[in-house]
Amino acid sequence: MIIIGNLMSYMLKGIIPIIITLVVTYGIIKKVKVYECFVEGAKDGIAICLKIFPYLLAMILAVNVFRASGALDFFIYLVTPVVKFIGLPPEVVPLVLIKPLSGSGALGVFTDIIRQYGADSYIGRVSSIIMGSTETIFYTLTVYFGAVNIKKIRHTLLAAILADITAVILAVNLAKFFF
Amino acid sequence: MINIIWFLILSLGIVIGMLTGKVEIVSKAIVSSTTSSVELVMGLVGMMCLWCGIMKIAEKSGLTDKLAKVLRPILKIIFKETSKNNKVMSSITMNLTANMMGLSNAATPFGIKAMEEMQKMNIEKDTASNDMALFLVLNAACIQFLPTTVISIRAAYNSQNPAIIIIPAIITTGIASVLGVVYCRILQKYF
Repeated sequence: MIIIGNLMSYMLKGIIPIIITLVVTYGIIKKVKVYECFVEGAKDGIAICLKIFPYLLAMILAVNVFRASGALDFFIYLVTPVVKFIGLPPEVVPLVLIKPLSGSGALGVFTDIIRQYGADSYIGRVSSIIMGSTETIFYTLTVYFGAVNIKKIRHTLLAAILADITAVILAVNLAKFFF
Repeated sequence: MINIIWFLILSLGIVIGMLTGKVEIVSKAIVSSTTSSVELVMGLVGMMCLWCGIMKIAEKSGLTDKLAKVLRPILKIIFKETSKNNKVMSSITMNLTANMMGLSNAATPFGIKAMEEMQKMNIEKDTASNDMALFLVLNAACIQFLPTTVISIRAAYNSQNPAIIIIPAIITTGIASVLGVVYCRILQKYF
């Protein structure tokens, strides 16, 4: 069992080289001009990046200003009573609010919580589950919709935020249940 | 919608910053956000090109079609309109797989490819289709089997058992993504 477990974790760590090898080998067998094909595809990558850059800048600008001005802290102060109601420790609130906005910001906040309260405390565990289970919604939305020039996003944001809130509520209760 | 959200985040930030005497910090944040977005895109370019290149080989060799065929029965239940198109299905599959492995850098190129293919089938070009919204919600709340970053940070701060959070995290993300699909299905009727 231990050998299988170790092999699995080794494979998971090497998933990127494994995927690349599989694809390239399959290509050669099927007589695809792998090198030329790769270069041709890689050119698309540059075009995509150029296309998403303005959208990314717009979002990062807004989020950075919101955070630097102290508006985020004020907002956290405002919603603390509400989140206490669902049983979320107030110390985790900054993480919950910043996670949808900025991945690197969330990483900073998360590391700070773990450093301050300890990885094995209840607060540390709740924030670990939240950190491992929610994504940066605004980043994904900006980049994906920006790449195809979609302006009307309809119900996407609302549904994503609802899913995010669900994940937070689940994280709090599962942390109580498991630990 | 996105216009109002962007305006609110930006203007509230600036106004509150002005009122609390943090004008200097705010203007620094504005300048630094330009450099940090350049850095972010620069960091993304390499990964994006790599995966777009690999994807092209997979596409030309017919590997994506095969993969999509295997996973189609599952994804057909979730994505109704787009499940007939092999190119979309394979990109969606690769994106969700990368997300499950916790490789968000690798997931982005596949996700954008999937969006481009879905856009080709989209009738109103400036409006998100039902499947696009669903795809994004799945990306926002995706099942994660290996939250590698979280585990390594926990380990760095002397956790007795850094990986203890894996099971609750899988359950959380699993339920959240199922409910995400449900929310989408309900909300798409009203927007």
